[in-house]
Amino acid sequence: MTATPNGFNLDNSGRRIVVDPVTRIEGHMRCEVNVDENNYIRNAVSTGTMWRGLEVILKGRDPRDAWAFTERICGVCTGTHALTSVRAVEDALAIKIPDNANSIRNIMQLNLQIHDHIVHFYHLHALDWVNPINALRADPKATSELQQAVSPSHPLSSPGYFRDVQNRLKKFVESGQLGLFKNGYWDNPAYLLPPEADLMATTHYLEALDLQKEIVKVHTIFGGKNPHPNWLVGGVPCPINIDGVGAVGAINMERLNMVSSIIDLCNTFNKNVYIPDVIAIGGFYKNWLYGGGLSGKSVLAYGDIPEHPNNFDAAQLHLPRGAIINGNLNEVHDVDPRDPEQVQEFVDHSWYTYAEPGKGLHPWDGVTEPKYELGPNAKGTRTNILELDEAAKYSWIKAPRWRGNAMEVGPLARYVVGYAKGHEDIKNQVEGLLRTMNLPVTALFSTLGRTAARALESEYCGRLQKYFFDKLVTNIKNGDQSTANVEKWDPKTWPKEAKGVGMTEAPRGALGHWIRIKDGRIDNYQCVVPTTWNGSPRDTKGNIGAFEASLMDTYMERPDEPVEILRTLHSFDPCLACSTHVMSPDGDVLTTVKVR
Amino acid sequence: MPATRPASLPASVLVLGIGNVLWADEGFGVRCIETLAETFEVPPHVRLLDGGTQGLYLLPFLEQADALLVFDAIDYGLAPGTLKVVRDADVPAFMGAKKMSLHQTGFQDVIATAQLLGRCPPLLTLIGCQPVELEDYGGGLRPAVAAAIAPALEVAFRELQDWGVTLVPGRSSSADLADPSIRRHAYEDGRPAEELACRVGDDRFFPGAG
Repeated sequence: MTATPNGFNLDNSGRRIVVDPVTRIEGHMRCEVNVDENNYIRNAVSTGTMWRGLEVILKGRDPRDAWAFTERICGVCTGTHALTSVRAVEDALAIKIPDNANSIRNIMQLNLQIHDHIVHFYHLHALDWVNPINALRADPKATSELQQAVSPSHPLSSPGYFRDVQNRLKKFVESGQLGLFKNGYWDNPAYLLPPEADLMATTHYLEALDLQKEIVKVHTIFGGKNPHPNWLVGGVPCPINIDGVGAVGAINMERLNMVSSIIDLCNTFNKNVYIPDVIAIGGFYKNWLYGGGLSGKSVLAYGDIPEHPNNFDAAQLHLPRGAIINGNLNEVHDVDPRDPEQVQEFVDHSWYTYAEPGKGLHPWDGVTEPKYELGPNAKGTRTNILELDEAAKYSWIKAPRWRGNAMEVGPLARYVVGYAKGHEDIKNQVEGLLRTMNLPVTALFSTLGRTAARALESEYCGRLQKYFFDKLVTNIKNGDQSTANVEKWDPKTWPKEAKGVGMTEAPRGALGHWIRIKDGRIDNYQCVVPTTWNGSPRDTKGNIGAFEASLMDTYMERPDEPVEILRTLHSFDPCLACSTHVMSPDGDVLTTVKVR
Repeated sequence: MPATRPASLPASVLVLGIGNVLWADEGFGVRCIETLAETFEVPPHVRLLDGGTQGLYLLPFLEQADALLVFDAIDYGLAPGTLKVVRDADVPAFMGAKKMSLHQTGFQDVIATAQLLGRCPPLLTLIGCQPVELEDYGGGLRPAVAAAIAPALEVAFRELQDWGVTLVPGRSSSADLADPSIRRHAYEDGRPAEELACRVGDDRFFPGAG
């Protein structure tokens, strides 16, 4: 048994379970745990392939183009990477963006946040709690009654509606194309919903599919296209011509009205469907409060959604910034991404090497030099690892730390920071939810808490989206149509050397890009992404990362069916996007689970 | 999906390239679309789209189409650079990913989702190319795969002809194409030298490659 500095007791003597890959996430991730004789997880090891640092691709390129490359890192948070990138370049070159650009960027970022949260809950995470096969056994009339009790104002609630969905589902399942629902552990006793709740939630899975298509149109309107919307260093690439007409070109009133109606759609769905579903489903799992991990101990948020352009002071951000360590909610530290002592990356347990072992490097001084070697206790070969040796190097993910502490990032981290800071909207939401569900505040520090925080945040972001839309329209009506500042577009206006940092809150957590520019070109570029924080391996001192911590002491119904592991890992909305997209005819088996 | 193809010609056609341009031959699909747009003019009812590695974002484009032509890098276990064409009901099976396709909201799921909603295009054709190299982050297409673009476009040309679409030499301007900074030549020519930027791969997750 080993006690970690961050408060966990690790025991790797029990049976080892390997889950590879963890499914329904972006990118590739593998997880190994040891369970004791009573099927409780007593040791957890998370590993992943991350991309090998963007410097590989960006060195020597034009900083004004970096966003287009970073947008391709990932299939999900394209816009967030692009926004972080243009912020880093603007920071380096002291470029001030106009007020309209700030509002439009905020709307796009909030929109992405809502889109991601809804898609995550219904399409990547719900199946950890909801059993669509069990939904086939539901009584449509009883489902209708349940729906009306859970959300009286949701119009889609008739017995006939649920019967239709059930028939469609039946046809889909019977066609043998289980497709979306394959690889489930549908007989596992960890699933607790009655068939009616399963049918209701599966129906909303379909409703959310239709909704998400509408939501992203905001990106098409402001970004010119979607997928891969356009971004611009100095502002946003969409001119405003409020009296203009026609479908092509500048932002006009017609397009703004369309944005407005999409914002309303988001807010209605959050209110009528998403939040009630989380409360209803969560209600059946109230006794399953595993998975808290670091959330009650150490959390980090950079904050986002600035009220005013070019002002990232903590007090001016709608999504809160701060760091909490060792569970002391009475003290929220401010976070400075420039301070070389705060954010540092360690590689003692990662497949990289630094000149000085045991030392952490700030991203501006970041080095990505691979060193792939397995520890003496690893089993298997270099290309087919059966079991990792976590005492040695065991992951392609570096271990970022804040003042030496392993931190959780993401919606729950943001909500814990906001709650501790007394952020009014967040505090009201959290207290309201806990009251409704009759749960103590400590229930927040759990897998379910992470999932609930995401839903609350979707609702809050919806309100903010409306706020910035109104702000944008008022500003335009007052005669300001400016969307970009191109004074420093020409590299001749730039200093010989410059460095900057861009920060955002991506849907899955704190995201930072650090850039160095030399002679008008990119000299170094480092991203520290949310899943690097959450999925980090152990560090020099032996602190375990957020994924690892969250799995500790969880009870598994059936160790060879890792429902509980997936449930908790998915609650982070992990994104290890680096993966390729090649298709193969012989690919039915996605996950192997080995009990050793 | 119907066993027989519909008799009437599709009113709306989506030509889609998918894959990640940052991973060497993974960019095949996107580069096909790029080349198609640079060399042919498509009629108004045909949409060219760089789909990248987007999952559900592509759903609305699928739903609006009566016929879908996809270019992608596919591991068929054939000789590198070989093209393979599959149609209709065979497409999803070929899009079942093994270890390399780990986007769980990948394109296979997009098709499955469109089917679940009853809005999948009745005509599906996949033009796949066996990659030479994927494990080169920041790299471009390998010569054998780059050389497969022209024959892939010929296949597409005939396929589209069957759908009543005639491509004429020229250019297509589409808002749905990649930003100029990451189009093939800018991307490949602007790559930093190996001594400046590490290119070592990650053989651990690519069995057979190491």
